[in-house]
Amino acid sequence: MINASLKQLATQLAQKKISSVELTQFHLDRIARLNPGLNAFVTVDAARSLAQARAADARIAAGKAQPLTGIPVAHKDIFCAKGWLTTCGSKMLANFVSPYDAHVVERLNAAGAVILGKTNMDEFAMGSSSETCFWGPVRNPWDRTRVPGGSSGGSAAAVAARMAPAAIGTDTGGSIRQPAALSGICGLKPTYGVVSRYGMIAFASSLDQGGPMAKSAEDLALMLNVMAGFDARDSTSLERPAEDYVRALEAPHTGDRAKPLRGLRIGAPKEYFGAGLGSDVGAAVEAALAQFEKLGAQRVAVNLPNAALSVPAYYVIAPAEASSNLSRFDGVRYGYRAPDYADLADMYRKSRAQGFGAEVKRRILVGTYVLSHGYYDAYYLKAQKIRRLIAQDFIRAYEQCDLILGPTSPNVAFALGAKASDPVEMYLNDIYTVAANLAGLPAMSIPCGFGEGGMPVGLQLAGNYFTEARMLQAAHRYQLATDWHLRQPAGVE
Amino acid sequence: MDWETVIGIETHAQLSTVSKIFSGAATRFGAAPNVQACAVDIALPGVLPVLNRAAVEKAVRFGLAVGATINRRSVFARKNYFYPDLPKGYQISQYELPIVTGGVIKIPFEGGEKLVHLTRAHLEEDAGKSLHEDFHGMSGIDLNRAGTPLLEIVTEPDMRSAEEAVAYAKELHARVRWIGICDGNMQEGSFRCDANVSVRPKGSAVLGTRCEIKNLNSFRFLEEAINYEVRRQIELLEEGGQVVQETRLYDPDRRETRSMRSKEDAHDYRYFPDPDLLPLVISAETIEQIRSELPELPQAKRERYMSEFGLSAYDAGVLTSSREVAEFYENLIRALGGGYKLASSWISVELFGALKRAGMEISQSPISSGQLADLLQRIQKNAINGKQAKEVFDAMWNGEGDAEAIIVARGLTQISDAGELEQVIDGMLAANSKSVEEYKAGKEKAFNALVGQAMKATKGKGNPALINEILKKKLAG
Amino acid sequence: MSLSLPEVKRVALLARIEITDGEAEAVQGQLNNIFKLIEQMQSVDTEGITPMAHAQDVVQRLREDRVSETDQHALYQSIAPQVENGLYLVPKVIE
Repeated sequence: MINASLKQLATQLAQKKISSVELTQFHLDRIARLNPGLNAFVTVDAARSLAQARAADARIAAGKAQPLTGIPVAHKDIFCAKGWLTTCGSKMLANFVSPYDAHVVERLNAAGAVILGKTNMDEFAMGSSSETCFWGPVRNPWDRTRVPGGSSGGSAAAVAARMAPAAIGTDTGGSIRQPAALSGICGLKPTYGVVSRYGMIAFASSLDQGGPMAKSAEDLALMLNVMAGFDARDSTSLERPAEDYVRALEAPHTGDRAKPLRGLRIGAPKEYFGAGLGSDVGAAVEAALAQFEKLGAQRVAVNLPNAALSVPAYYVIAPAEASSNLSRFDGVRYGYRAPDYADLADMYRKSRAQGFGAEVKRRILVGTYVLSHGYYDAYYLKAQKIRRLIAQDFIRAYEQCDLILGPTSPNVAFALGAKASDPVEMYLNDIYTVAANLAGLPAMSIPCGFGEGGMPVGLQLAGNYFTEARMLQAAHRYQLATDWHLRQPAGVE
Repeated sequence: MDWETVIGIETHAQLSTVSKIFSGAATRFGAAPNVQACAVDIALPGVLPVLNRAAVEKAVRFGLAVGATINRRSVFARKNYFYPDLPKGYQISQYELPIVTGGVIKIPFEGGEKLVHLTRAHLEEDAGKSLHEDFHGMSGIDLNRAGTPLLEIVTEPDMRSAEEAVAYAKELHARVRWIGICDGNMQEGSFRCDANVSVRPKGSAVLGTRCEIKNLNSFRFLEEAINYEVRRQIELLEEGGQVVQETRLYDPDRRETRSMRSKEDAHDYRYFPDPDLLPLVISAETIEQIRSELPELPQAKRERYMSEFGLSAYDAGVLTSSREVAEFYENLIRALGGGYKLASSWISVELFGALKRAGMEISQSPISSGQLADLLQRIQKNAINGKQAKEVFDAMWNGEGDAEAIIVARGLTQISDAGELEQVIDGMLAANSKSVEEYKAGKEKAFNALVGQAMKATKGKGNPALINEILKKKLAG
Repeated sequence: MSLSLPEVKRVALLARIEITDGEAEAVQGQLNNIFKLIEQMQSVDTEGITPMAHAQDVVQRLREDRVSETDQHALYQSIAPQVENGLYLVPKVIE
């Protein structure tokens, strides 16, 4: 049961072999058993979840089931869900019960999926290790002395430890892909604008994108079918014909059964295999590339000359937008207000000083500084120009190839606290992931082996705009030929 | 030393939309606190703005009505600052690329016209309200107004006196109402002016340090505030002091301006393009569509009334004082098939007189243009004379029905039957032989006396023209 | 470049985040490390490049001017720190 795919679970539900209530209770029990050691969930509300499960069972009985009806899904605590505590990993929102549903939550609810609980995350999604959470760090199910990656570390750990069949996360600079890689699961960041940001608490508006996290590419496709779609309440949501990502999985690229990926041109830019890349990760990724070639894919030379500039540009743009997005947290209409203050200005300063954690404050300060008078051109505008250069690199590269493959993260999961003291070293974890956000391109991570300490390694597949179906199909073919995605950490049986 | 005053005006005109600029909440004035503040307006985490089409179209309408450039591409930016009535901690406005640039407003000036050039007009959202009446030492925040669409209209420093500033503000006020983008209600804050005031030695080319005066919600306050501020700055400078650039608040009770402490902590708005809103692109088709719907503007109407209808500049001005008046006049002359001057004088004298006495707007007039046309047609046909017409008008005003009914009820029919009049006049002449003698002796004035007697004899119903004619004939004979 | 202590404090004031002298000194070091990383941007010539503010090259969609929202202030204010008579209460606002 714990390794069943969403498709298999849906079939069992449809055939009444199991009810949604049973399936939900089964996972709630696992959470009760495993979560204390992992801290992946920050809010579990069995009564609410089971109520949704009962409704789902009724719907199935009525023959009105959709693919996700009755399936429990873990929600990153950044998605507003009506009546649920929605804290974004922050003391600032520790008491915030959302009065409304995010668009993604509406769609999952409408599909009959069950909200299994809210997962832990770096505060306001600012982090790569899920250590900046107000609720304490999340631990990696493969090794509890290590981090699961971040910021969607709770969702990653929940799926890795099989506490949830699938989860949703958000990705601003790698926050879906990097924890997926470090926790040995799959995660997809869609093209910017494919998934509505309405109700997703904003970190950096021009980079944020929600996406699915699950055990396989096939499960991701099933989730994305529900999550993707136009939303009039998000000006950046794109109006385009709906795609069936599940159906696309089966589309054979050629008639050749042994070489299902024939005709697929894959590029592995040297910039992603240079200094800073762990040898263990490099070896696993090279093996994966060989496997893709074995499946018929053709390796072509591409390069991304400005790749090294993506982290510096990202750490100007993301904090700049965040410093403004987080100004609404002022202790006036909701959230944390300091207990003691002299006057209005003091109330603001104390509420924000006490309500935000160290990393969030650091980024607000950086963002405030780069937007302030006299520095705007040198930092913010410069970063916007580099952003254009980076996007152009990809557009050129995708004239040569269909997918860019490489490591998701330069290293496997590191020990808790190992990088907590040095923000810059932490930021460099995002070296391979931030570019896709800057360019607005889709990218995903799938397990492709193990490295140092038997920790999972993630393979990043990046594609051109709106090529999610192609990426998922390629990943699915790879997973039909390999079993890395089926491995599960010890001690979660 | 002689000083020159330099004034620029920034006006916040509230665009008359039913919903807010970035949310679907209502903009109705006077609702209970926060009932019109939706999730977007109170800036709940995760909510996003979507732009209101009507706000954009009204901004374009304005641009076209002042001969400005409509920027085909404009960008929304965030103006970052903390204030309790600003829920997001930033105001969505337009900064580097506004929707409208340039344009000009003509104001009457020393008999002629003065041009006030516009720098720009941009779309932005209004903030909420802080209510200062005491809540045990705290302030109350009402966010109903947060997100109301505003068009901020900025002039060049073209004005040289409070009078000019007021003339500009009044012309702008009339203009935004004329084109139907703003209700102009200053009490409700739909039309708010800030004045940038500085002084410099006469003849100097460099501008002095300016102060921005806020909270000028009436033309009188605008004038008082500027005059006070000019005096203040001149006194300061003449005492060897310096003007500090700052935002000042006009206090109508004290009739003075004072520094706004709250705005003082060294400003740095950190403007940057709002990542939640994409560039606003307006097609040439849209602009032409809006242009085609634009009403004829007062300036053009005034000139047309003078050239086509032969009205005086004064009368043309009166009839174009508002769109409602012009519409009333145009309906009237359409019904009359002419009678431009007759219609003009009846509106500006009788109708306006009655409206003024009743303290009414023309839109509230109990006499419609159709009813008035019916009355004026009877004057044109000599069915009644002017004196009688005024009586009918008053009766109509008092709701005694239409002209026909009143004329019948009051027997106000004019005698235009020559035979009937000759009889009356013969009798009258017989009774006034003295006047007849005087007239024949060459005393012209006596003629008027006889006309008066004839009118009296017909109880005022005689057709004056006909009476004149008959009298002349008889006296000649 | 590097931030001076007064600059760190000024930025904290702009951001409305209370910061003690001790914290300011600690943060100063971290910020300057971050800016060392950011400075790498200066290594590339971006002359004539159009800044990229959005991930997609699309234009703003417009919504029709109609009222779609109903009064929810009771629900919204149920999670507010301090309210009275439908108003959010804050320390006295001085103008």
